[in-house]
Amino acid sequence: MRYQRPGLDLASHLLLAVGCGLFFLPVWLAFTASTHSMSDLYANVAPLWVGDAGLSNYARLIHDPVGGLGTDVLRLLANSMVMALGIAVGKIAISLLAAYAIVFFRFPLRRLCFWLIFITLMLPVEVRILPTYEVVADLHLLDSYPGLILPLIASATATFLLRQFYLTIPPELVEAARIDGAGPWRFLRDILLPLSKTNIAALFVIMFIYGWNQYLWPLLITTNADYLTVVVSLKRLLTTGDALVPWQDVTATAMLAMGPPVLVILLMQRYFVKGLVETEK
Amino acid sequence: MTHFQRYRFTPWLLMAPQLIIVGVFFFWPALQAVEQAFYVEDAFGLSRQFAGLANFIAVLQEPDYYQALGTTVVFSLSVALGAMAIALLLAVQADRVLKGANAYKTLLIWPYAVAPAVAGVLWLFLFDPTLGLVSAALKALGIDWNHNLDGGQALLLVILASIWKQMSYNFVFFLAGLQAIPKSLLEAAAIDGAGPWRRFWTVTFPLLSPTSFFLLVMNSVYAFFETFGTIDTVTGGGPGGATTTLVYKVYQDGFIGQDLGASAAQSVLLMILVGLLTLIQFRFVERRVQY
Repeated sequence: MRYQRPGLDLASHLLLAVGCGLFFLPVWLAFTASTHSMSDLYANVAPLWVGDAGLSNYARLIHDPVGGLGTDVLRLLANSMVMALGIAVGKIAISLLAAYAIVFFRFPLRRLCFWLIFITLMLPVEVRILPTYEVVADLHLLDSYPGLILPLIASATATFLLRQFYLTIPPELVEAARIDGAGPWRFLRDILLPLSKTNIAALFVIMFIYGWNQYLWPLLITTNADYLTVVVSLKRLLTTGDALVPWQDVTATAMLAMGPPVLVILLMQRYFVKGLVETEK
Repeated sequence: MTHFQRYRFTPWLLMAPQLIIVGVFFFWPALQAVEQAFYVEDAFGLSRQFAGLANFIAVLQEPDYYQALGTTVVFSLSVALGAMAIALLLAVQADRVLKGANAYKTLLIWPYAVAPAVAGVLWLFLFDPTLGLVSAALKALGIDWNHNLDGGQALLLVILASIWKQMSYNFVFFLAGLQAIPKSLLEAAAIDGAGPWRRFWTVTFPLLSPTSFFLLVMNSVYAFFETFGTIDTVTGGGPGGATTTLVYKVYQDGFIGQDLGASAAQSVLLMILVGLLTLIQFRFVERRVQY
């Protein structure tokens, strides 16, 4: 295009490079801090370059129970993984079925069911924490994986996206399947699921990140260190009373806490962008 | 016929898991919150009395509530406008250069995956009064940084961490929006003699307004709820309530102060507020689907 100007292009690249660098800086500084010993760290301001205590810091956190937490970081990562996978898989599974019923069946009270599910879009768990806590306590689900997972599945975001997608499927497909004698389960398994693969992948990325990064809910219902998640543990590591904050531990745990979701987003970026932009449209 | 019609039992079987989970973990607690908001419970939780609107009136007469409301407005607007402005600036550059737009997307998208609490920790470290690089630089400039004592600085720190995390979300949408603008429109404007600056404000920006409006709503919702983790790790609502937002106050009054009625009344007020936001968004979604 003729109206592009090379000088401006250079300025754009420059601005983008600076932007990318600035956004990366906090992570880089946390990483370098995590590779120094505590006495090294407090000898000066935060170091710009890596130190030599990195391996021993991370190995110690992963193997030994961390002071103030009562468990090691590997256990925390495992808990986060169970919660994130549980939320992602659980939400996709129930949403897939519910959206299928709403779009491809006609039954009494269909509209009511639709609204009952979609009204949940309006109220995130943060608004109804206290009563939800009581319900989960009544069901004896405090300090348990189902307690961590189920209340966060109770929302319609995934159902909404899948419904939007199902509505774009040509009616002829259903008709053809019916003429060929395929029942609803067969149609779901052999036609609908293969067609939804991309959407399911996109939802998985979004829900995995959502689940992994949860803070308030796990904070409330886990008192037992065996069910603590890594994101919630950070605050406990920071709370040291009058003692110095062990920043090498805090930054190392933060690095480990952001590893899995960042990896997922980078590996599945294509699906993620598509899913995000299409869900919200 | 495009639907399965003769199956009476199957749709209910398909709906059952979601209906049960939504019923138990959404409607039951939400209704309890509404009910609790109208009752006063004694200190031991042994008995309770119907109190009508007393809880709401008490909440609305409390100066702290208005402080939290003010903090929420300042915080949400700063986060939304800050994260959107930076994202738009970068997205316009990435859209301009054509070559490498995808590489930049990869380099800018990952903060979306960082938990709000982790983002809080990263920024807390940058501004740590003894170790932080930024606080040291500020000291060299003669600014004494201590967010543990200074409420304004604490709020600024939480805002910066929240913007950092939210920018990538906005970037993805702005870039998609920019790439959807027909290049012929911009070429026509260029032929008519409009420079890049003018082209942006008279062609690109108006065409982006649906995206911008949508993002404004989404960013407000983010600032309201998802930043809880950032606030809790960075400041814990302090100092002196300077970073206590409405959601943080629900948590503080309910879980730390054990004032169930007040917390429930605040929850209901929040529900109404969020309900309004969502309605606005839905109306907008309807409109946008048309074209």
